[in-house]
Amino acid sequence: MNHSHNRFGRKLRKFGPLYLMMIPGLIYLAINNYLPMFGLSIAFKDINYRKGIWGSDWIGLKNFEYLFKTSDAYLITRNTILYNVAFIIIGLVVAVGVAILLNEIKNKIASRLYQSLIILPFLISMVLVSYLVYAMLSIDNGFVNKTILPALGLDPISWYNEPKYWPYILVFVNVWKGAGYACIVYLAAIIGIDPEYYEAATLDGASKWQQIRKITIPLISPVIIMLTLLGIGRIFYSDFGLFYQVPMNSGALFDTTNVIDTYVFRGLMQLGDIGMSSAAGFYQSLVGFILVLLSNYIVRKINRENALF
Amino acid sequence: MNKENRAWQWSAHTVLILFSAACVLPFLLLVISSVTDENAIVQNGYTFFPDKFGLQAYDYLRQQSSLIFHAYGITVLITVVGTTASLLITSLLAYPLSRRDLPGGTALAFILFFTLLFNGGLVPTYLIYTQLFHIKNTLLALIVPGLLMNGFNVLLMRTFFMTTVPVPVLESASMDGAGEFKMYYKIVLPLSLPILATVGLFQGLAYWNDWNNGLIYVTDPKLFSLQNVLNRIMSDIQFLASNSSMSSHASDAIAKLPSETFRMAIAVIGVIPILIAYPFFQKYFVKGMTIGAVKG
Repeated sequence: MNHSHNRFGRKLRKFGPLYLMMIPGLIYLAINNYLPMFGLSIAFKDINYRKGIWGSDWIGLKNFEYLFKTSDAYLITRNTILYNVAFIIIGLVVAVGVAILLNEIKNKIASRLYQSLIILPFLISMVLVSYLVYAMLSIDNGFVNKTILPALGLDPISWYNEPKYWPYILVFVNVWKGAGYACIVYLAAIIGIDPEYYEAATLDGASKWQQIRKITIPLISPVIIMLTLLGIGRIFYSDFGLFYQVPMNSGALFDTTNVIDTYVFRGLMQLGDIGMSSAAGFYQSLVGFILVLLSNYIVRKINRENALF
Repeated sequence: MNKENRAWQWSAHTVLILFSAACVLPFLLLVISSVTDENAIVQNGYTFFPDKFGLQAYDYLRQQSSLIFHAYGITVLITVVGTTASLLITSLLAYPLSRRDLPGGTALAFILFFTLLFNGGLVPTYLIYTQLFHIKNTLLALIVPGLLMNGFNVLLMRTFFMTTVPVPVLESASMDGAGEFKMYYKIVLPLSLPILATVGLFQGLAYWNDWNNGLIYVTDPKLFSLQNVLNRIMSDIQFLASNSSMSSHASDAIAKLPSETFRMAIAVIGVIPILIAYPFFQKYFVKGMTIGAVKG
């Protein structure tokens, strides 16, 4: 008894300081991550601020009934998924394509300059992006309406009131902001390929195009698959800033710009409809979680080493 | 160089020049528009080749400079405090988790990892921070929610500690009587400067660019960061004037507002620090991006 007590004491003295170090981080995880997870239960409650989060009355699935009775539920789900599919496919093609071309460039200085420039959009906030887009699309003074369209002999377009253009605009902005980053990631993978493959292929008389198709793309496909599946795992989430800031929260555009994240935000902050928005948030967390597990399962099937867990 | 190679070089340069231009030209349009004469904008819109330059927007900004400086101050404060606190908390959690001999280490690592897979989302997070912790309209609201520490950075650091800090060095330090805190401070941190720089850079950028916490948790303009001011001005161009300290001059200020160029000028003010700092941190940034991707 005494002996084991001593051993416990020695262990505590040895590892105690290590546990002590972790306390701030673990407290943060508890507050920032775990309490909200349990807080998801509010989706089944009639929230009453006076009774608090834990004290409000249970109402079962009422919030979900209301949510799925509206046409919004379908609209935001459709928009979220379709945008993500477009982002994944177009982002992949652009990033891999540019990375391959970047790798071809022999001039070191030029290559570094291109790399610096294409990451620029990644560095700025979505609020600033919305200013840049505004300079282009402003109805009265935008570069497009005042310079480009007149030059083509076309009439000005009321961009912030016409939902039909926004799928293209948002895909463009997303690729513009993110492709540079993804491109650098792919470039790192390409640089890691053993040059002997290319030397052998050149000796055999393979053209550049053949080398890209038969060597480069197959050898970076683990990275492609991994990033794509991560994207699929997050297909139920969207970049709130892109869909909220860039269309300037314009109500006329909701048909094509409302996604789950913006719907939840507006429900909570602008309409005060906590029931509906917590139900939508729960729906997102749950389906999102299932999709992460599913995509990881698929990665494991393909290649164990690339799986997250 | 043979013919095929030359063709590839040309096409690669062409595509990359176009792509780079697409990335840079919007910034150029922003800067040029901000120094264009207000009336020229009303006539020709935002353009790369204005008929007439003018500094009305910056004159106006100078009149409102106290508010802008205040917002800058808030942004610098939360960036410095937030990044420092974040590095501290992240490394203090990552180091014990990197020790293979820590009892319960696997379970703790799972608790951390699970936060990457599942989260409560906006509504419960908002209610817990505002109803339980009463964080609304405090500086903490700009620093703590969502930004202070994330599981991904902890795992990144943990992997770095595991692969870079040699176990024999820690063991012999322990033999010599060094405590864990001393080892963390004297051995682990000095050996891990590259990862600290990378995580610090990404955290610093996240704090500098954050407008989300301000939008959700802050309604008091005194606590607005630069991004929040930018965010407000986009929808309410008169925001600065109506919050001016000299309220008797407010209507006067609104009347003189060169609104079209002013929008561009305030955005320039917001983007310039990043453009200036970028060349200095670019090297670490690109390195960090590839570390993150390989381990991610």
